[in-house]
Amino acid sequence: MPADLPRFSARMRLLPLLAATPLLSGCGMVVLDPAGDVARQQGDLIILSTVLMLLIIVPVMALTIFFAWKYRASNRDATYKPDWDHSTQLELVIWSAPLLIIICLGAVTWVATHLLDPYRPLARTGPGKPVAAEVKPLDVQVVALDWKWLFIYPEQGVATVNELAVPVDRPLRFRISSSSVMNSFYVPALAGQIYAMPGMETKLHGVFDKTGEFTGFSANYSGWGFSNMRFGVKSLPAGEFDQWVAATRASAEGDLSRNAYLKLETPSQKEPVRRFVANDPQLFDAVVNMCVEPGKMCMHDMMSLDAAGGAGIAGIGNVRQVTYDKFAARGTVDAARWSMRYVAAYCSAPVMSNDRPDAKPVSPEKLKGEGLPLPNKPERTALNAPAATRPLS
Amino acid sequence: MSDAIIPHPAPPTHPIFGKLSIDAIPLHEPILVATFIGVAIGGIAVLALLTRYRLWGYLWKEWFTTVDHKRIGIMYMILGLIMFLRGFADAIMMRLQQVMAFGGSEGYLNAHHYDQVFTAHGVIMIFFVAMPFITGLMNYIVPLQIGARDVSFPFLNNFSFWMTSAGAALTMISLFVGEYAQTGWLAYPPLSGIAYSPNVGVDYYIWGLQIAGVGTTLSGINLIVTILKLRAPGMGLMKMPVFTWTSLCSNILIVASFPILTATLALLSLDRYAGTNFFTNDLGGSPMMYVNLIWIWGHPEVYILILPLFGVFSEVTSTFAGKRLFGYTSMVYATVCITILSYIVWLHHFFTMGSGASVNSFFGITTMVISIPTGAKLFNWLFTMYRGRIRYELPMMWTIAFMLTFVIGGMTGVLLAVPPADFVLHNSLFLIAHFHNVIIGGVLFGLFAAINYWWPKAFGFKLDVFWGKISFWCWVVGFWVAFTPLYILGLMGVTRRMRVFDDPSLQIWFAIAGVGALIIAAGIGAMLVQFAVSIWRRKELREESGDPWDGRTLEWATSSPPPDYNFAFTPVIHDLDAWYDMKKRGHQRPVGGYRDIHMPSNTGAGIILSGICLVLGFALVWHIWWLVAASFVAVVAGAIVHTFNYKRDFDIPAATVAAVEDARSRQLAAGA
Repeated sequence: MPADLPRFSARMRLLPLLAATPLLSGCGMVVLDPAGDVARQQGDLIILSTVLMLLIIVPVMALTIFFAWKYRASNRDATYKPDWDHSTQLELVIWSAPLLIIICLGAVTWVATHLLDPYRPLARTGPGKPVAAEVKPLDVQVVALDWKWLFIYPEQGVATVNELAVPVDRPLRFRISSSSVMNSFYVPALAGQIYAMPGMETKLHGVFDKTGEFTGFSANYSGWGFSNMRFGVKSLPAGEFDQWVAATRASAEGDLSRNAYLKLETPSQKEPVRRFVANDPQLFDAVVNMCVEPGKMCMHDMMSLDAAGGAGIAGIGNVRQVTYDKFAARGTVDAARWSMRYVAAYCSAPVMSNDRPDAKPVSPEKLKGEGLPLPNKPERTALNAPAATRPLS
Repeated sequence: MSDAIIPHPAPPTHPIFGKLSIDAIPLHEPILVATFIGVAIGGIAVLALLTRYRLWGYLWKEWFTTVDHKRIGIMYMILGLIMFLRGFADAIMMRLQQVMAFGGSEGYLNAHHYDQVFTAHGVIMIFFVAMPFITGLMNYIVPLQIGARDVSFPFLNNFSFWMTSAGAALTMISLFVGEYAQTGWLAYPPLSGIAYSPNVGVDYYIWGLQIAGVGTTLSGINLIVTILKLRAPGMGLMKMPVFTWTSLCSNILIVASFPILTATLALLSLDRYAGTNFFTNDLGGSPMMYVNLIWIWGHPEVYILILPLFGVFSEVTSTFAGKRLFGYTSMVYATVCITILSYIVWLHHFFTMGSGASVNSFFGITTMVISIPTGAKLFNWLFTMYRGRIRYELPMMWTIAFMLTFVIGGMTGVLLAVPPADFVLHNSLFLIAHFHNVIIGGVLFGLFAAINYWWPKAFGFKLDVFWGKISFWCWVVGFWVAFTPLYILGLMGVTRRMRVFDDPSLQIWFAIAGVGALIIAAGIGAMLVQFAVSIWRRKELREESGDPWDGRTLEWATSSPPPDYNFAFTPVIHDLDAWYDMKKRGHQRPVGGYRDIHMPSNTGAGIILSGICLVLGFALVWHIWWLVAASFVAVVAGAIVHTFNYKRDFDIPAATVAAVEDARSRQLAAGA
């Protein structure tokens, strides 16, 4: 049954209306009625799991009420067996009934978790609409700033603040990071959320199958301006998306240079929609690697350096005392007096994560019980090169 | 139109006052000023009354310095109740803010205040309400249930209580001096790091929990040793009452998991105080490590809270159904299973962090597996009721309400354990509704069952039923009115910790939730009235027999309230339901042949050491380094001095025992 999860749960979709009553279906439960294939499957899964569990919850609740009523003290007709405290058959039933439900739910969970893994490139844009091999997903780089969202469109060369516009029916690939603290990137109508974390990159794949205007927000508390960290989401027909790109470029307030980014990064809330031209292909990777400031060493360089054994004691001399960017950005330099050091530069060949290959989509047909194919061996890059052999000291 | 926000820069450190200055007093917050005036007037009134009626000496000698597990248990419950009122006030403030803040309105709380409120609500409700309540309950009941005279380490017990109180006090001080953390109740870095929380809020959080954590850990060790070493003869492990079993497992969890919390917070404080980079963004720090560590403590923590209450429900169901507990053995194994499994599920709190699908599925499935022993427990209670003769006293009513409420919370919990479902529900109000569903429906309902059940044992009179029923219905109805809208809002994609909203269609749901909170407030009010009325009418409600519910376990074998020494003679156990078995076999209470009883002496060391720890915590929060050094030296010196106190024990003379027991005989004869 779980192998054919999408179709099975499509049938099950009628059930929420039974469970949730007309009152609830009228109030815009976007989680159960989204506008994208991924979110729809996630919503269906909620209903499927709920139904599976109700199979045991409903009898338990009914029995509770029935026993509570039937064996009330005033009912002297009911059997009373004060010393009866064991029955092997009953014990078997009460352990195995939940076990059976959990086995079913566990199987559904395993399959659905792999199918709907946010890192997995989409294999379809809707039921019966597979993604052709030549279709390239639209890349959007997302940076959670204090307290607004920056969207960079590397292909289109534009960037926006607090507005995300995407073409309908085209797979989307979000690369997500944050400039300061943890946030969670969440567009309920599109797909589930994933954390946006500083110094790290998370990925999310999704697709809209309806046009319209939706809302996105941060789903992880991130400080004072958190409540207003909302952005509009437009799902546009392909032609209109191109117009939107052109209009964005035409009305841009300027180029999103490193300096413009650093200015944008400073805390502010209730930012209106802002538009930029984005010409720096490395900006997002610099954000992830915390080296937007000119001259600051990128984290991945430091990591590859460390992986190769580090710079040794002599390297300490290369560590310069500099005010760390984020402290200055938040006006808390005083408090940061303890952590004012970083390596400013070190010679190594930079490999931006733009250059790293993405995972290949996996066809869901292979998920029917045989487990997943082995992942491809990653290409060897400076980041995953084996530690350089060095003389033992 | 963007309004930039620059937080207050960290003030310079003064050699005498550290970071403390007059600006730390929140005079600009009218709500806090009014609260302070209220607290001050109330506090002065209490102090005046205590002085007027010359109660200081009594309180000091009989309560503050006591090592009697029963009195310490009662003090824990009082601490929990006081902190509960504070935590609930926070809840009402949040509900009010979320009802108001629509259509461009900012509500009545600014971000700085609101963010402290939701952080404090979570911290207080878990650490200073639920934990004291269950610790107090275990403290009071466990020694009585196993036929012991006290816990294994009576002084440690007193010290644990005062350390927990000191932690609570430090947290309360933050209300009027400085600020509390604005990070959410688990203080995830980097937000809780020095770079993004440069002020003292997070320091209050850290030191409040560290001080209370010492108390919790020590009390866990104490109760484990008590249960393992002080059981009455004949009480093998598989003849222990279920409440004692679940307490044992809960304390094992405490001892195994609280050190993780302590270590994690210690690393965070090193980051904040010493400039290390365990959880910072750069220089090799990993905030994800903190999130993992805190939940490796945090998930067992929820089982620490619920397990003892599972025990309460077992005792209550069996007693009021007038029937042996169905499936005692499977109940014990289920408890042990939950104890072990609770350590391999922590990652389900952050599926959305981007772990691979296989890791997420593993933790999702282990989480679901926990529902199997939990489900088995529920069936066991069900079949205990089956062919029973159920008396609907208040504890049993709470138990039925628990069974019907908790299954829904359990169901939504398993739902959240399915990673793709969690991706759309994580951090939403659905999640909030879920954990309030299990914590109110499980932990609190269980506590109310326990309070109504054991109150007559502790005080010698029953609780008023009329007000108890009003409280019951307000709570049960109020709970569903308050939290059903949150389930729905979660499905509408509304996230937690929001202060203002755009979408006006959401407002009605927050209004309904607010009404629910008010109904719960009525329930709390009714419960306080219930206590007051019962104390007022204690003569009418008096309970002479010591066994008001036709109980089955040993605590009902002694008088209510029990004498200082609990049992004049240590009982010998032959059966699981020891007292039921004794009654059935026509047990005669021994009325002669008393001997001296060896008991521990009271000591002021616990309250004094904890008081100094409170000063130490305050000094650390405000960087008052000379005071840190002085109070640290004082704590160590005080602990050493206490080890030279050789007046630790005394004997209750046989004559005194005889007098107490004879009075009891007359009481029983009068009642019969």
